[in-house]
Amino acid sequence: MTAIRAVKDGILAVFRRMDKHAVFWLQLPFVVLFVVFIIVPILVAFGLSFTDFNSIQSPNWVGAENYINILTNDDVFSGYALPNTIKYAVIVGVFGYILAFILAWMLAQVPRIPRTIMAAILYLPSMTGPTMIQNVWQVIFAGDKVGYLNAFLLKWDIIREPVVWLSDSKYIMTIMIIVSLWSCMGIGFLSMLAGILNVNRELYEAAHIDGVSNRLQEVIYVTIPAIKPHMMFGAIMAIVNAFQNANIGVQLSGANPTPGYAGQLLITHADEHAFVRYEMGYSAAISVIVLIIIWVISQLSKKVFRDKEAA
Amino acid sequence: MKTKRKNRIRLTGINPTRFDRSQIKFYVILLPIMVFMSFPMIFIVFNAFKPLDELLNYPPNLITLRPTLQNFQNLIATSDNKAIPVSRYLFNSMITTLVVVLLSVLITSMAAYCMSKKKYRLKNILFGINEAALMFVSAAVAIPRYIIMSKLGFTDTFWAQVIPLLAIPVGLYLVKQFIDELPDEMIEAARIDGAGDFQILRRIVIPNISPALATVAILAFQSAWGSVEASNYYINNEALKTFAFYMTTLSNQAGASNLANANAMAGAGGLLGNSAVAGLGLQAAATLIMFIPNLVLFIILQSRVMNTMSHSGMK
Repeated sequence: MTAIRAVKDGILAVFRRMDKHAVFWLQLPFVVLFVVFIIVPILVAFGLSFTDFNSIQSPNWVGAENYINILTNDDVFSGYALPNTIKYAVIVGVFGYILAFILAWMLAQVPRIPRTIMAAILYLPSMTGPTMIQNVWQVIFAGDKVGYLNAFLLKWDIIREPVVWLSDSKYIMTIMIIVSLWSCMGIGFLSMLAGILNVNRELYEAAHIDGVSNRLQEVIYVTIPAIKPHMMFGAIMAIVNAFQNANIGVQLSGANPTPGYAGQLLITHADEHAFVRYEMGYSAAISVIVLIIIWVISQLSKKVFRDKEAA
Repeated sequence: MKTKRKNRIRLTGINPTRFDRSQIKFYVILLPIMVFMSFPMIFIVFNAFKPLDELLNYPPNLITLRPTLQNFQNLIATSDNKAIPVSRYLFNSMITTLVVVLLSVLITSMAAYCMSKKKYRLKNILFGINEAALMFVSAAVAIPRYIIMSKLGFTDTFWAQVIPLLAIPVGLYLVKQFIDELPDEMIEAARIDGAGDFQILRRIVIPNISPALATVAILAFQSAWGSVEASNYYINNEALKTFAFYMTTLSNQAGASNLANANAMAGAGGLLGNSAVAGLGLQAAATLIMFIPNLVLFIILQSRVMNTMSHSGMK
């Protein structure tokens, strides 16, 4: 009994001592993990991007050679990965974001119970994660006549032979975009929905007295200005989503490089160099370019939202 | 006239309390979108209970005509003659997910409490860095992460599944925003009563921020339950890999047979091999097992998540 009490007192004493430096102890685990798995990887990627590291021999410093090669000498980068990424990010990021806002706004116009059900239907696909996305959509787009899409199109005589959707360079990008839009209503969407629902009702009433007479004017003059912080959060999430799911082409087609490089995005391109060709340095340089692109886009979108506020 | 108009706004505007004819147009637009969004999920449920011949029916039926548990039995049986049973993958996934959720909720609330309520010099810098990290894309640094994991000696251990997923910048951001809403007086009162920071966190902060913690839990769940990164890159020992990874092996098989089948079809009439057929059933069952926890979790936690999201705005 006394032993247990001694241990308990000991633990309490440790906590009391830690309390003096509580700020340090409380933040230590998060900060350490944050540094080790977010900051350090970025720094390592940056460092490796100036080397010829191939995962076996120790890396040699090659200066900006990787970057020069990527920008001037890499046909896949300039011909496929970069244009594909731009197309994919614009449609999934920008269009997906606008769609998320419109859907959130429409959901806010209906009563709570149907709204909750529809919000769940929209949000669930984003929870499911890449593995499930791969599994489900592979079956729908299966290349034989048993595939759902093929069977449907065959039945209606739209096609005469089953199409091998996922291995065909003509279709892979479109399919990637459809699947990504399906899974892009994540917490950014929920944030905008919550924002719209919380707009002070009096703002609308005041606007109506000022002559706002239809829902479109309501959106432009009341809703958007009131939920700008939520739209900012949604924008950041949309940008991340447009780049984070970049391996979707590889997952759907089951091959890296994707058929005819048609589904190759910057991150897939980096992965191909890293895990197929073992050119880690080169791959790291591509990753750094991706991180810079994301950072620039985020800064631009912050600027857009803050400038509007000033206006 | 004026009051009449005001009533109309009440009835038809944002967040209505009941159905109104003016809402019909929204339903007309939303319903087809809902059909598209929910189709794959409905399809998962029906497919999992289809017998093999129905999975191969042409034309395929969405609805299961003769529901059976055959696919689930096969899923258990296939693994009986393998070194690693499916239950082992499932067990690994459950344990890793549980540990990731608990630890990330704990460390996130600890750090968020400091960044919200304590005063110290680095506070704004730390929170600024975290806010910048909201746009961090882990997929872009897969290789450096791999190098770090092996240098730290986590390769081929249980912790390789857990450690990289614990720091969630979005989670910290949301919890901090939520704690900001707690009145300072509440914490001051506890401090006057002699409570230290650990006690304040445990007795006052954590019980009052359960919506935000539920949101972190969902985010952590999402990253851990579907995680294949660790199983692909950091772990060679099959006994430590996750269910999500096992699923990718199933779908890669299906993908390969799909390709082979397409090639065969170019030559002669396409017939699926027996193993591919069985694979389809396994895949359907595994997908449902993977999906159910997402659904249950969101249904339980959705009102708390929405509550948290009202504080998610970025100033």
